[in-house]
Amino acid sequence: MNRQVSHIGVAALVLLAALIVGTTYWQTWANAGLANRQDNEIRLVAQFSIKRGKIYAADGRTLLATNVKKTIAGQTLYFRRYPTGPLFADVVGYSTQSRNRTGLERSYNDFLTGSNANLDTVFRSTLDKLRGATVTGNDLVLTIRPGLQALALRLLRGKCGAVVALEPSTGRVLAMASSPTYNPNLIERHFARASHTTAPCGAALLNRVTAGKYQPGSTFKLVTASAALDTGRFTPSSPFYDPGYCVEYGKQVRNAGNPEAPETFGSVDLSTGFEHSINSVFCNVGKALGAATVLRYAERYGLYSLPPLETPENERVASGLYDHGVLFRPKNPATQVDPGRLAFGQERLQVTPLQMAMITAAVANHGVEMRPQLIERILSPGGQTVTHLKPEALGRPIKRQTADELTRMMELVVQGGTGTAAQIPGMQVAGKTGTAETGRGNINTTWFTAFAPADRPKIAITVVVENQAGGFGGTVAAPIAKQVMEALLR
Amino acid sequence: MYIARQDVVSTASLTYAGFFFGLYLAAHLVARYTAPFADPYLLPIAGLLTAIGLTEIYRLNPNDAFKQGTWIVVAVALFALALFLLRYDYRRLETYKYLFGITAIGLLVLPVLPVFGLTVNGARLWVHVGALRFQPGELAKIMLIVFLAGYMREKREVLAQGRPKDWGPLLVIWVLAMLVLLETRDLGGGLLYFGIFLAMLYVATARIAYVAAGLGLFIIGSIGVWKVTPHVQERVTIWIHPWTQHKVYCPLSGHPALRQDCQSYQLVKSLYSIGHGGYAGAGLGRGTFTTIDGHQIIPSLNTDFIYSALAQELGLIGAAALLLVYMIFVLRGMRIALLAQDGFSKLLAAGLTFGFALQTFIIVGGILRIIPLTGITLPFVSYGGSSVVANFLLLAGLLLVSNRANREALR
Repeated sequence: MNRQVSHIGVAALVLLAALIVGTTYWQTWANAGLANRQDNEIRLVAQFSIKRGKIYAADGRTLLATNVKKTIAGQTLYFRRYPTGPLFADVVGYSTQSRNRTGLERSYNDFLTGSNANLDTVFRSTLDKLRGATVTGNDLVLTIRPGLQALALRLLRGKCGAVVALEPSTGRVLAMASSPTYNPNLIERHFARASHTTAPCGAALLNRVTAGKYQPGSTFKLVTASAALDTGRFTPSSPFYDPGYCVEYGKQVRNAGNPEAPETFGSVDLSTGFEHSINSVFCNVGKALGAATVLRYAERYGLYSLPPLETPENERVASGLYDHGVLFRPKNPATQVDPGRLAFGQERLQVTPLQMAMITAAVANHGVEMRPQLIERILSPGGQTVTHLKPEALGRPIKRQTADELTRMMELVVQGGTGTAAQIPGMQVAGKTGTAETGRGNINTTWFTAFAPADRPKIAITVVVENQAGGFGGTVAAPIAKQVMEALLR
Repeated sequence: MYIARQDVVSTASLTYAGFFFGLYLAAHLVARYTAPFADPYLLPIAGLLTAIGLTEIYRLNPNDAFKQGTWIVVAVALFALALFLLRYDYRRLETYKYLFGITAIGLLVLPVLPVFGLTVNGARLWVHVGALRFQPGELAKIMLIVFLAGYMREKREVLAQGRPKDWGPLLVIWVLAMLVLLETRDLGGGLLYFGIFLAMLYVATARIAYVAAGLGLFIIGSIGVWKVTPHVQERVTIWIHPWTQHKVYCPLSGHPALRQDCQSYQLVKSLYSIGHGGYAGAGLGRGTFTTIDGHQIIPSLNTDFIYSALAQELGLIGAAALLLVYMIFVLRGMRIALLAQDGFSKLLAAGLTFGFALQTFIIVGGILRIIPLTGITLPFVSYGGSSVVANFLLLAGLLLVSNRANREALR
């Protein structure tokens, strides 16, 4: 009988060994798959038992996101509080149990929960787990100046639009405001109230800086002028004659203003055309260069790709031509795109405020485009800097000489052109206005994009205000840009 | 554990630990006195498993831990009684084999009877007398093993020849047991008894053909049962497709729902629990078993699903260690069967040990989706009075057999 006893003994041990194999499978191999399941409440609760890292503004003191400790059914859980309320909502986002995370709370979740691959963090959180201590995440210090942010949001109050300010030499985001916005503290329990807005444009949860697509209007002339000058086909003094319209496909395309009596400037040069934003001039530039060349420069500035920023991918959109809501990359631009209208920012162009700010900052930075950056430093829970994020150049879309010529032209816009409302006493401001007709009555989307001081730029800013009846970039957006720039530079 | 919960070692926790240690010491002394030559590993292993179980039950529900502690006292008392009564020769049990067989059937039938019966989780496995509830199936298992050991020892030669006359009583009791299990819908129990039966038959007759035929019958029978029983069909569906992308009909609510939110809810949540453990586990007392609102995520966590709680808190390292402890228990049990001198002892030790291993496999394998899930307790660890009592009686049996075997070896 002993042989049989050993046989069933082996069988019994094999069965038990299979259990070890099975456990190994679920705890190692299938572990990640299980953790990502939507209905995995354990994972959700475990995330809330982590003391998430705090988020600070650029001053290192203003607390944007912190934790409230609650004990529920014997478990110590940490819930998020946003002391500044709506002020940083679009950047920081929210982390709740009832909704997905958004903003930096989502894209930097690994750091905020201490589960990133940074060696220091791995060591510390493993030690915490083994000791049974609460796992604490890394803190973030943003590049945004709280004072500037508050001012930008205040200037947008009651309007729909966006303000974004960059430091041209580094790409640091100094302010990023979107209006209407929401209070992230209400998301968990009062989602309907938090997302509700009385503004006609709606979409309180949308970060208009990175995900708002607007017709760029004349601000796109920056790209066209870049192409014109950088290719060497034109100089700022290239002569044009403006009869008040430009002929395209055998039809007249009139300048801005009263359709019956459009503005007419007569003999001008490219620089004056830019200063007064003369559509016929840029229409002719576009026809001469061809749509392909203009689009090539647009791509060099970063259109047609997602602007690199630390916020989640699904909260950013690429700029470019859009056809029925889809990014449209023409195979044959010569036949598929109207070069004249493209040149002055019509056609089917859609641009985000962030993209326009990046273009402006590249011009300000002598042609070198910097990667926009929201996070300055990552701190360990003890307050030591774990990572200091260094400025990074994305590329050089235009030559230094082109950038300097453009700067000169932009200064003229503010000195005596369409953007005089942005003048700051004792300082040269370089800017460009934009007024895009929405096609509904005389309702416009107004733009102003600028940097200052023109000789040593400290700030590049883009302002968009939606739904302005009879308003222009120079009258609605430029004063906002001026106040923000002044607040920083004074 | 107590330390993790309260940050200080409270006197209550020390009292608990001291009491448990005293109980174990008492059991040890009784074993030393009644069975001095018994295997020295089994009782400490049982003590360890019981302590792990009690700790986890305390962590999940302190009130249950108190009840479980009471049951452990009862179980140890019965363990001592069994050792004491059978200390000279347990083999006289063999004389009463038919009594054991019939009692086992009787115990299995009890829950079906309208007066005592109680349906819990779709299976009629419980008997209640007043406030006291227990699962007679656990005891029936031990009794059936005693019966099988006695009967097969007596008839092993003729059984091997395959004469129908000798198979008669065996098959009668057997078919009755299976029918009762089918009636009570205790699928895990059915699988367990059938496995024990085949293993013991193989040990007794050395005929692999019987095992093959038994397995063949089992497969045919299973398919048959699967075809006619919606309850079984559901279990198999849950096993193969616990997750669905689209809503399917949910028999629990009558509305369409994702299967992971309906029938396979328990299995899926338990897998999440195991997966969350990872290599090192969340730490004892630091696992997550309730939602943020404080609702328990996994139903019957401290009985059938205690393994998924342990796997989360102890991680792969701890869970594998736990299973290794079970393997050591099985190794020692099989060693006893090898050393035993007579057929009854061999069959008894082998049957008890194999049953122990198979029961562990059925519940943990079900939780791990190796086989369809059937509710059954994890020996020594799960919360449940009848289970603890039965397992301590099983332990007593193994100790008695090893005591005799070792004593004779020394002579």
